[in-house]
Amino acid sequence: MTAPARPQRIAPVALHAATATGAHGHGLDALAELLARNRSALRANDLPDLHLATAIGRVDGLEAMAWPAAWAAWDSRATRLAWLGLQADGFIDAVAAARARHGAARIGLVLGTSSSTIAVSEAAYRALDADGGFAAALRHPALHTPHAVTAFVQQALGLEGPTLTVSTACSSSAKALAVAERWLRLQLVDAVVAAGVDALGGSLLHGFRSLGVLDDQPCRPFDTTRRGISIGEAAAYVLVARGDAAVRLLGHGERNDAHHMSSPHPQGLGAERALDDALARAGLEAAAIDFVNLHGTGTPANDEVEAALAARRYAPATHVCATKGLTGHTMGAAGLLEALVCALALQRGLLAGSAPTKAPDPAFGAAFAERWRPVPVQRRIRHAVSHAFGFGGNNAVLVLGC
Amino acid sequence: MPPVFVQGLGWWSTAWPAWPQAAAALRGEAAGLPAPASGRPSPAGLSANERRRAPDSVLMALQVAEAACAAAGADAATLPSVFTSMHGDLAIVDALCRTLADDPLLLSPTRFHHSVHNAASGYWAIGAHNTEASTALAADAHGFAAGWLEAATQCLADARPVLLVACDTEAVGPLRSVNHSRGLLAVALLLAPAPRGPQDRAIGWQLQPGAVAAPPLRSAAARSLQGNAGAGALPLFEALADSRSTTLALPLSPGLALQLALSPA
Repeated sequence: MTAPARPQRIAPVALHAATATGAHGHGLDALAELLARNRSALRANDLPDLHLATAIGRVDGLEAMAWPAAWAAWDSRATRLAWLGLQADGFIDAVAAARARHGAARIGLVLGTSSSTIAVSEAAYRALDADGGFAAALRHPALHTPHAVTAFVQQALGLEGPTLTVSTACSSSAKALAVAERWLRLQLVDAVVAAGVDALGGSLLHGFRSLGVLDDQPCRPFDTTRRGISIGEAAAYVLVARGDAAVRLLGHGERNDAHHMSSPHPQGLGAERALDDALARAGLEAAAIDFVNLHGTGTPANDEVEAALAARRYAPATHVCATKGLTGHTMGAAGLLEALVCALALQRGLLAGSAPTKAPDPAFGAAFAERWRPVPVQRRIRHAVSHAFGFGGNNAVLVLGC
Repeated sequence: MPPVFVQGLGWWSTAWPAWPQAAAALRGEAAGLPAPASGRPSPAGLSANERRRAPDSVLMALQVAEAACAAAGADAATLPSVFTSMHGDLAIVDALCRTLADDPLLLSPTRFHHSVHNAASGYWAIGAHNTEASTALAADAHGFAAGWLEAATQCLADARPVLLVACDTEAVGPLRSVNHSRGLLAVALLLAPAPRGPQDRAIGWQLQPGAVAAPPLRSAAARSLQGNAGAGALPLFEALADSRSTTLALPLSPGLALQLALSPA
């Protein structure tokens, strides 16, 4: 029972529609504008119930938006974010067209999230009944489970194919794309909506504070003065199918560090194996990669390990950037949001910069500095890579191409 | 779809802490009478210190993962793994929410990293020295069927054995007013694209549009666990305890079923 040395090359998967909503605003044009201006969308934490000195990537208008009465039982910050996110870039229409063509049972849904609707359970604990249980208004069992956002999106899109939630912390939605590719490869479905949704909430903000990795200023990945992450929220979606399109998923790799629950392997073992597997599935060598969006969280440990990986694996001319200082670290949504940063590089030639970081920590060496790009560049490219690493040593790497 | 082959099984519940006893109980045999409560599982992949601190869900998941690998004679370090759970560890969710409500500044880093849905996946990788792909899934009450789908898909897509682990715990504290999971249940299957020999049962599978209800449970043992959020695994494990060929339709999502066809043992 020995494992195959390298995965087989796969047929590319076409990205037929895509959209993203986050601190950058609503839709891909807003994301492209943020990247082109290279100015952080992070702000001082102003969430009413969360008193923490940190910067956040907040989506405006979630609280005030009209919520359909039919979905009253699904109301939460995370489902509001998921719903708002669907209303851009013609995404709902693209899914409706796919549904008409293939049938609802032939379209899958796989959604990555780390915190889902846990904020609803958190709120229930702040307002318990006299009997010590949840208040009547918060007793919706379907909202108090990790699959809640996925079940909501499935209903909102009218899909009837296979549906599951991937919850592997910050690699979740990158892995969602890998699930989608396998379903298509085995012809279990004709199209898949892959998604990443995570909303700001107490468990994430206080959890990362407890680990001592929450920066009190907007995060500065790879900067000498980096002190940790800034948490953001986002909803990102793609509709993928077999065949051709302007942007395609060429490969994916998923590997574990087998090292520590909340710290990366010091030599980036799992991350590098994930990269190797992704390149093998794409049929590419690392030298063919033009653009890399690093995981780049701003924590001392991640950035040190990842800088060394980038310096030893990518060609000197590769455009290497980190965008979490612009958008915030959107947790389970980050993998797909940043895959869409790659898609913008491939489709529009917009290669993102890395604000607010200017120059990387000199401790990372000249080879990393040579690859690092602080400001955006306009250039046509063919191959892009996105890194997404999470708690539990869970690593995912995506290769996209045009 | 081409069939997958069951090379190893793992089971842990309070009354039946290993598959042989559980299989007898699921067949309704006297040998399957429930044992007195068996205490916490004790997986070998964790140090004594880690075992003391680990959440129940992690102990249960690792126990059944190790058992399935041992039954198959498989090297645990070489297998991709799929972990699935409707709720994750509910004692951890309760403690997390309680701390956030009372004094969020008291939240501990250990409790926080235990709260991620892939905690068992991460501990498994560390304990088994396994750098292969590992994922953690949820799909409401259909978590086991969704886990099967992902494990069987990986098994056939990449033509290699995959470990499937399903685990759910009991609601505690205020969660009990809204979350109806009771008891503890963890199961594991080592699925392979080819049999080692006639001892490995083949399971054919396909997706079938249309809503189905969960198959009725045949044994008192399975019915004693039907309150657990992972009870969706029970019909298949009843069928695996029985040597006859059979078919099952498990609900996979509101309008879709996972059809399974088991060859005779």
